[in-house]
This record gives sequence, C-alpha cells and structure tokens, in this order.
Amino acid sequence: MKSKNWLALALAMVLAVTFLTVSCAKKAVEAEPAPAPAPTVTTPTDAERQAAEAAERARLEEERLRAEAAAAQAAKAAFVNENVHFDFDSSALTPRAQQVLRAKAEYLRANSALRVVIEGHCDERGTAAYNMALGERRADSAKAFLVNLGIAENRIGTISYGEERPIDPRSNEEAWAKNRRAQFVIR
Amino acid sequence: MNNRYLPLLALIGLLLWPGIVRADIQYIDLTNPFLRKIPIAVPVFKALTPNGNEQELAAPISDQVVEMLNFTGYFKSLDRIGFLYDPRSGGITRTELNFGNWTTVGAELLVTGGVSVLGETLELELRLFDTFKAEMMVGKRYRGVIGDQRKMVRRFCSEVIQVLTGHPGVFDSRIAFVSTVAGNKEIFACDFDGTNVRQITRNSSISNFPHWSSDGRYLAYTSFKEGPSRIVIRNLQNDAETTLNYKGVQIKPSWVPHRFEMAATLSFTGDQEIYLLTGDGKMIKRVTNHAGINVEPTWSPDGKMMAFVSNRAGTPQIFVLEIESQRMHRLTYQGRYNTQPSWSPKGDRIAYSSMDDGRFNINVIDIDGNDPIRLTHNQGDNEAPSWSPDGSLIVFSSTRTGRSQLHVMTAFGTDQRRLLVMDGEQSHPNWSPNIPQ
Repeated sequence: MKSKNWLALALAMVLAVTFLTVSCAKKAVEAEPAPAPAPTVTTPTDAERQAAEAAERARLEEERLRAEAAAAQAAKAAFVNENVHFDFDSSALTPRAQQVLRAKAEYLRANSALRVVIEGHCDERGTAAYNMALGERRADSAKAFLVNLGIAENRIGTISYGEERPIDPRSNEEAWAKNRRAQFVIR
Repeated sequence: MNNRYLPLLALIGLLLWPGIVRADIQYIDLTNPFLRKIPIAVPVFKALTPNGNEQELAAPISDQVVEMLNFTGYFKSLDRIGFLYDPRSGGITRTELNFGNWTTVGAELLVTGGVSVLGETLELELRLFDTFKAEMMVGKRYRGVIGDQRKMVRRFCSEVIQVLTGHPGVFDSRIAFVSTVAGNKEIFACDFDGTNVRQITRNSSISNFPHWSSDGRYLAYTSFKEGPSRIVIRNLQNDAETTLNYKGVQIKPSWVPHRFEMAATLSFTGDQEIYLLTGDGKMIKRVTNHAGINVEPTWSPDGKMMAFVSNRAGTPQIFVLEIESQRMHRLTYQGRYNTQPSWSPKGDRIAYSSMDDGRFNINVIDIDGNDPIRLTHNQGDNEAPSWSPDGSLIVFSSTRTGRSQLHVMTAFGTDQRRLLVMDGEQSHPNWSPNIPQ
C-alpha cells in the first residue's frame, strides 16, 4: 500500500516537472523581446485604463448629478418664482393660472416632503382692508386647486398680505398685473 | 402723558361775565355752516402785567386762537392790518370797547384777550363779543403755568363753538393714523389740528387700520407682527396689548359706540365674515352671513345699525344692516368699487371712497342711499374718510401732493387742506371722540 503511494507521487512529480518545463520553454519563446519587466508594464496600463474609466464614469455621474441638481434647482426656482396671476378684483383661476398650478402640483408630488405657504397679494388699486380679504381668497383658491389635484391639505399654508407687499412698486398696468398674485414660499 | 398735564389740574376757568345768549339767534346755520363764514376779528392780546414775557407770549397765543377757530371752517378771520383800534393800547372789556370800530371793518365777532404772568403762573382772560349787539357771549379766565397756553386756548375755543353751534367742537379730539416715517407702517396719533404727533406702535412690521373706542381709552388696529394679520387691542393708559387668536385673516376692527365691543372681519370658516366681539376679543356672535368678502364695519351712533363692504353683488359695494331685525339694504349703486364707509357721528350720512376711472374720491351719501355727493375732485387718490366727533369735518388721505398725506375738509367738501407735514406716507386716519383731558 505504502510503496504504491510513493510510486504515484513520483509519477506525478515527473509529470509536473515535464509540464513546467514545456510551459516555461513556450513562455520563454513568446516573452523573449520583453523579458522580466513585462508583467509590471501591462499591469499599470490596465489600472490606468480602469482609473480613466472610473474617472470618466465619475465625471459622467457628476455631470448627471449636476444636470439633475440644475434641473432640480430650475424646477425649484420655477416652483418658487412662477406666480399665479389674477384679474383685478378677482380670485378666480384663469386657464393660465390653472396651468401654473398643475406644474406646482407635479413638483409637490415629486417632492413629497415639501411644505409650502401660499401668499395672497393684490395690486395697489383697491383699498387696503378689502384687499386683505381678496388676498386671502386668492391664496385659498390656489390651495383648493392643489388639494383637488391630490396634494395633502396639511402641506399647504396660506397667508394674505393684501396690497402691502408689491413685487413691482410702480403704478402702471404691468406692475399691477405682476402684483396681483399667489406666491409660493417653501417652508 | 398724564404727567404733562398735571399742572393743569390747577387750571381754573372762571366765568367773567354772565353772557346773554338768546336762543332765537342762530349764529351758525348747521344745515350748511360753511356756506357763509362769519367774519371774526382777533386783535393781538394785551399784556396785563409788567412782570416778564407776557408781551412775547401775547402774540403767539392770539395767533393760536385764530388758527384753532379757522380750523373749524366756520370763520373768516380778518387781517389785523385793517383794524382801526388796537386793544393793547386800550381796554379789552365790553365797557372799554367801541364796537363801532369793529362793525366798520366788517367783524361780526370779536375776541379780545389779556395775558398776565406772575412767576411761573400764566393767566389768560379771553372774551368773545357780538359786535353788532355789543354783547359779550363768552368770558373766561384761565390760570395755569407757562406752557399751558395751548390747553387754555383749546378750552376757550370749545366754549366759543359751544355758544355758536350748541356743540363743543373738535378741540379735545385726536387723530390716529398710519405712517411709514419710521420705515415700517406704524400707528401714530396727533391732536385734532395735526400738532403734537406721537408714535404709538413700534412693531417693526405692518400695522394698519387704527380705531378709537368711544371713551378714547383703547385703540384697536391690525398688525402683521406675528406673521398673519392679527387684531391688536391696545389700552392707551398702560400700553398693554391683547392680540386676538382666531385662525385665518383678521381685518379692520371697529368699536361699537359707547360699548366695550367691536366688530371685525375674521375668516376661520373660510369666508371673510364680520363678527361682534367683546372689547378683549371674545366671540359674541356672527353678524354677516354671506360667502365672499365682508369687511370694514362702521356703526351708527346708536350702535343699532352697521354699514359694511361686501362683494356679494359682484363688486365691492356698501350695505347697511339693522342688527336686531337683520334687515339689510344696499347703499351704493354708482360705480364698481365703493369701500371704506364711515358713519357720521350725527348719524345721517355715510362717507366712503369710490373708484371711478381708476381714481379714488371721497363721497357722502344719506342712510337711505339717496344723493351721493362727491367731495373731492381731480386731485390724486382720496381715501379713508373719517368724521370729526361733531360731524363737521372729515379727515382723509390724499395723494394730491405726490405722496399719500393726511388732509382735512368740511363735511361739505370745502376748505380742503393738508393736516400735517411729515416724511413718508400717511394713511388710514381715524378721528377720535372728544376725550376730556
């Protein structure tokens, strides 16, 4: 039993040596022009390529994130800066106002943690106390529209500033139209 | 505020002569007292003592009498240059005066005065005469300290107006208003004639719509100091404030005459309705009941009726509601924007602001909605009328000078003039009742 094992082991060793010799000879032939340093050269090239690829991926990712952030920023800016406008002495939502509010609803749906305050404002032409009430009705009608589109009521607060906070202080049609607004402020 | 007038507790008004005022003589026609101004002569007062600066005090005090009497709109004070007689060189009493000197220059009324100074004590004796009848109508002696002369003049003018009209006039009233002079809109108050301006609020926020209680002890207003607009009730004696706590907007409080109650707009139901509240803001009851805007309550002098603005007819218009019967009628039909009603203390008329062609003007209308009359014309925007306590004058804001400033006119729209000069913009004046000091 024991001698049989030894025999097998010896045979295996011979075979192994033969194999090694053959492969070494082959390799030596192939690797002749670029001897010893060869492996150390190919390995860095790989790493570099991988690093470049990683960098490119990172750059693309960064670009994507930047674009995404810019888009988010733009969406946020649009959400905050685009006001809902009204006709004189009216809190009714015009088709354009409804369009603006639909975009607001979309944004609120995409940013479900967001809570907002809708400020109701008037132009300077009415009288101050009446405009306090009108401003509230404007904020309320914008809120009601969003709630009808499925935005949770408790995410939306309202406040009326009447005619006290115009964004355009001039006294002309253009300024008045700008100042009759519901304005969104992120809480 | 009270300390300043403490020395005046010693001020004594003495009847110098029992004036004979006949009831059948009507000096000022109250149906339109401004139609004919009564020519009045107020020569420079006479120094009665040789002790100090009575000579220097006499001229400004006599000018103060002229200014105060002119403020009422009842008089045409005559230029002193035309006078034939200078009481400083003669007497100031009935027996010493030759009334022919005064009737000749067209004066129907004459005021003479004497100024005495003794140490810090100032004594004024002031008389009003009917020159044609050669009768004294008012004769008073006032004693106080130097510096009290304005208060003495005010008392004398009240006596004069009382004798001529049967009412005490406006001399013990003040006017609260909103000014941007300190940067933000804050509440201020001045005397009836625009003098003695004081800042009342320092909220560093928007404060608006001041309204005096009829005892003059409280001023209610609307403020954004806590975020949304809140009604604040200020005790003017200790400057303590109560802020109302109702959800939604709170707008323009209006005290019920002679009661510790007020009406104001609240929106906790979702609609802007007018409610009756206690003077410290507790709910009594809802007064209006109509979806939409209901704002700017103003009370009849007996507190039984309330006028207010509602958009229930499609545009802002003024309505009158009888509280007990709930009977209501629409007051204004002309124009598409009628707001800021103010009920006259006489009870018969309501002043308001009406927009026409993009411009606001002050109108008055009787309680049944008849005869709306426009009082301001082609001079910028004219808004926020408020009546003097005797119903003879209206204070309002006007942009006729290029920015919003306070102006005064008679109840008939005559004698329009600026009340006071101040930096910034002034708006929303509210005239107090006479508050005896």
